Amino acid sequence: MNIRLILAALAGSALAGSAMAQTSPSEDFQKFRDVMEEDNPAELFEARGEEYWKTPRGPKNASLEQCDLGLGPGVVNGAYVQMPRYFADVDQVMDAERRVVHCMVTLQGLAFEEVTKQPFSNDKGTPDHVSVVTYIAGQSRDMKIAPPQNHPKERETYEIGKEIFGFRAGPYDFSCSTCHGADGRRIRMQDLPNLTKPEGAAKGIIGWPGYRMTGGFMLTSQWRMTDCFRQQRFPQPKYLSDTITAILAYQAVNARGQVYRGPGIKR
Amino acid sequence: MADPMKIRATLKGDTVEVRVLMAHNMETGARKDSSGGLIPAHFIQTVNATHNGKLVFAAQWGTAIAKNPFLQFKFKGGAKGDKLQLSWTDNKNDSRTDEATIA
Repeated sequence: MNIRLILAALAGSALAGSAMAQTSPSEDFQKFRDVMEEDNPAELFEARGEEYWKTPRGPKNASLEQCDLGLGPGVVNGAYVQMPRYFADVDQVMDAERRVVHCMVTLQGLAFEEVTKQPFSNDKGTPDHVSVVTYIAGQSRDMKIAPPQNHPKERETYEIGKEIFGFRAGPYDFSCSTCHGADGRRIRMQDLPNLTKPEGAAKGIIGWPGYRMTGGFMLTSQWRMTDCFRQQRFPQPKYLSDTITAILAYQAVNARGQVYRGPGIKR
Repeated sequence: MADPMKIRATLKGDTVEVRVLMAHNMETGARKDSSGGLIPAHFIQTVNATHNGKLVFAAQWGTAIAKNPFLQFKFKGGAKGDKLQLSWTDNKNDSRTDEATIA
C-alpha cells in the first residue's frame, strides 16, 4: 500500500486531537517530513538538473560544466553551502540561483529574458534553471553551511541583509523580523523559525530548494523570499535582485556551522 | 522515452525491499487549464518488475495515483548483485524501463 497514504492517515489521526498524543501537531509534521524526505521526488529534479548541467545547448552550444560556482569551473560538490559569495568576474555577491542563471547566459549564450521568462515553478512545471539549482543543492547534502565572509562585499551584503531584515514597510508595517525575529512564533499551522539565531536560520535554509507535493514542482529560496514579500504586501522584488541576495546572505551567515540536509519536501 | 526512474533495491534478511520514484505528470483528465479547456488524461496504467526474468510485481494504476509517484514493494528470492527490471507504460503508450542492482 502506498506509504504516503498510511502516513497521511497517521498525521491526520494525530491532528484529530487525541488526548493520548505525546507530541504536538508541529512535531508530527516534522516526523512526517523526515520520512517523506527519504524518497523525495526532488531527486528526480536533481537528476534532471544534472542532465541539463552536462548537455551542450544555446547559441554557444556549451554545457554548464565550465560554470564557476565559487570553487572553480565545474566544481559542484560543496558549492551550494558556500553561497552567497563574491564573484570577481561580475564584482558582485551572488546566491546560487543568480549564479546559475548568470552561467546560462554567459556560457550558453541564452538571453536573460528567455531563461527567466518563467522564473519560478508553477502548474506549467519546473523551469530548467530551478532543476539545475536543485542538482547543485543536492551536491552539498550533509555538508556544513559555510558562506564566506572574507571579501568586503560579502560582509557588506550581510549588513545590508540585516538592515532589510529589520526594515518595517508595507501596509502591515511588517519586517522579516516581525515573523522571524524571535523564538516560538507561528502563523496558522506553520512554525516560524527565528532567523537571527543559528538553529533557526538553518531551518530557513534546510529544506530549500523543496519539492512542493501539492504542485509536483521545485521551489527555491529565491521563490520563498519573493513569496514572503508578497505576504508582507511589499512590491514584488525584481527577479534575482541584490535585495534578495542580501537577505539570503544574512540567513546563510547566521546559519553557519549547521548541517544542510539537501533538497527538502513541502506540503 | 520518459525521464529515468530512481530505483533502490536492498536485501534485508531474505527479502528485497524496492523503493522507486517515477517522473510522471499523472494528469487525471479532470483538470482545466487557464482558458477553461480540459487537460487530457495522462497517467501510468501498468507497472511491472521482473527479477531474473520472473515477474515479481505487477500493478494496474489509475488517476488516483499521485504525480511523480513513489512506489515501495518487497519480494523474496533475490540476492545481492542480482538485476531488477522495472517498467511502466501509460495511456499514451509512452513507457520507461530501468534496471537496478540489488544492494
